[in-house]
Amino acid sequence: MKFQAYMQHHQNQYTALSAILIAAAYLSQFGLHYQQGYTAAMIAASILAAIPIMRRAYQALRVGVISIELLVSIAVIGAFLIGEYNESAIVTFLFLFGSYLEQRTLAKTRDAIKTLTELTPATAELLHSDGTTETVDLDDVEKGDHVLVKTGATVPVDGTIINGAGYLNEAVITGESVPVTKQTGDTVFTGSQVHNGTLTIEAAKVGDDTTFGKIIELVEDAQDAKSKTESFIDRFAQYYTPAVLIIALIVYLTTQNFSTAITVLVLGCPGALVIGAPVANVAGIGNGAKRGILLKGGAVMDDFSKIDTFMFDKTGTLTMGNTAVTQVKTYTSNSNMALSLLAGAEKLSDHPLGKAVIAYVADKGLAYQNLTVTDNNTIKGQGLVADISGHHVLVGNQALLTANHIALTPAQKFDLAEIQNDGNSVIIETVDDQLALIVGVADVVRPEVKTALQALHGHGAKHLVMLTGDNQATANSVAAQIGIDEVRAELLPEQKVAVIKAAQAAGRRVAFVGDGINDSPAIATADIGIAMGSGTDVAIETSDVVLMQSSFQALVHAFALAKKTVRVTKENIALAIGVVIFLLVGLILGVIYMASGMFVHETSILIVILNAMRLIRFGKLPMTQPKQSATPVENHP
Amino acid sequence: MTKRAILQLDTLTCPSCMTKIQSAVSKHPGTEKVQVRFNASKIKIDFNERQTTADQLVEVVSKLGYTVKSVKIKTEA
Repeated sequence: MKFQAYMQHHQNQYTALSAILIAAAYLSQFGLHYQQGYTAAMIAASILAAIPIMRRAYQALRVGVISIELLVSIAVIGAFLIGEYNESAIVTFLFLFGSYLEQRTLAKTRDAIKTLTELTPATAELLHSDGTTETVDLDDVEKGDHVLVKTGATVPVDGTIINGAGYLNEAVITGESVPVTKQTGDTVFTGSQVHNGTLTIEAAKVGDDTTFGKIIELVEDAQDAKSKTESFIDRFAQYYTPAVLIIALIVYLTTQNFSTAITVLVLGCPGALVIGAPVANVAGIGNGAKRGILLKGGAVMDDFSKIDTFMFDKTGTLTMGNTAVTQVKTYTSNSNMALSLLAGAEKLSDHPLGKAVIAYVADKGLAYQNLTVTDNNTIKGQGLVADISGHHVLVGNQALLTANHIALTPAQKFDLAEIQNDGNSVIIETVDDQLALIVGVADVVRPEVKTALQALHGHGAKHLVMLTGDNQATANSVAAQIGIDEVRAELLPEQKVAVIKAAQAAGRRVAFVGDGINDSPAIATADIGIAMGSGTDVAIETSDVVLMQSSFQALVHAFALAKKTVRVTKENIALAIGVVIFLLVGLILGVIYMASGMFVHETSILIVILNAMRLIRFGKLPMTQPKQSATPVENHP
Repeated sequence: MTKRAILQLDTLTCPSCMTKIQSAVSKHPGTEKVQVRFNASKIKIDFNERQTTADQLVEVVSKLGYTVKSVKIKTEA
């Protein structure tokens, strides 16, 4: 077993030695014209480089797997038997050197996970009940333990702050890189960075059970979750390798040409084909993960790239999800007093629109808390009437005015209609029977939605649909602001599902974008379910794509990334098949032999990896992960 | 009782390693579900505690020529 590990770690030395021997061989032949030296060096190089290959071939064979190494081993023994020492030396060297380069480049495509896992600290500062601290391995921290986290450190567990306060950057969980204040009683997540402050945290979840642990696990699983193309290639490769062995045998039996037969073995290695598709997905998923976009595997990439219809939930997705005052029309000279009275009146009710008004007034720094209310009366369906600080105040809708015989002038009516047509709910206030304010309250549309939707169109989305439980007028007004193609309003959750199913039946490929919690049925029904703005367990489980940040730029990036990844996959497969055909033709024409075949083969593998590596840097969307270590440590000599 | 062992290996590079590990570990008595995560270089094995141990599983993988860097054991819920 020690020998095995030794071999594993010294494969690169074998490769280097074999290269030196090959160089020595050529020096001996062309420099010194010493043929025996040439042959001896080539034999030594062949044997040296063949050892690790044959060892791996044997290990695979022992568990019943016919590996690429087996094909190469047989070919090398064959070349050796017929005295083609230079061929055997170069083939084995190229094979080892190729796998070394593969290893180096593959590591780059996998970088995303490594950067992610490096965000969790390896140790934690354990706080004992007697007040002493001890640095322990993170694996030894258990649920219920108290850990101390200081400025600049990363939170090692999911838990609750039991002492202290500070500014934390929760970018890895929420995608939001603006630091948030957290204090005693607040929940903190693994991977958050403490910008300022010292916290004592009681661990609620540790290790793989934390939200961050689950995200890492999801990305790991995703990178190995195969698309249909990949599964096909895998199955194909399983039969392909033994088939090459049989074909080589048939070639030998029919042509009696031994060297052609062993060349077939080398050319038959399915390298680029096997690695081309997965490497693109790994790089693509990694690109997303670094930007807070979790794509669940190759199949998701495939399906996502084919989406032509996006359906959006309105509240909380296209809009911010909380109502706010959007417009205030003033008809009195003392607008501050009118606002204070309005807030004072709204304080008496628990109407949802009232909360937006109170927040607005409080935000302006106006006092409303200590107004004296002498009389108040809520009139259902109209509003309320109150006597506040000596003023007679009416707050409500038009019906309330009519009931109190207050008429609006044509200009005031025009203002009212305008605010309503903008999709606002309206609150009218009169003070001492004179119109004082008309206030528009609405759910605020996310500022970037309009350009993002245009970008989705630009990337090939044909149909953008809004699905909402809200009323038609509000829905229409939001739709007009953001440029959506179709509005379906006043829908119950199950009706949203029906709309999606109908579109699918009409041949559309539908992605549904929602907040991931109350939209679960729609997310599950759509071809691609996208949860936006939450790293919650539910969202992670039910959706195909999780956008950690409520950002439409992230959605556009994800869509473009999926398309690009699928294109790179196709390029790689085309290249791999092209190489196989090229080698086959070369073999038939007699211009390709073992060493040149292996060279073309290894080069094609490197080209598909390099092609996939373009995906790592794809897109302009900034990364959400704070960069910690500048260069990842390479653990191979 | 079923437990889950998560074995972290040295970086896996050849896709054929996966097949090799998958079939070798699956053949070991007591293993219920084997998932090889090629890109993460991890193996997740659900095994029956009464039939095998994590140490034996590590040995199976080591015999194939892979270095097991760390092992985590979780009790399945």
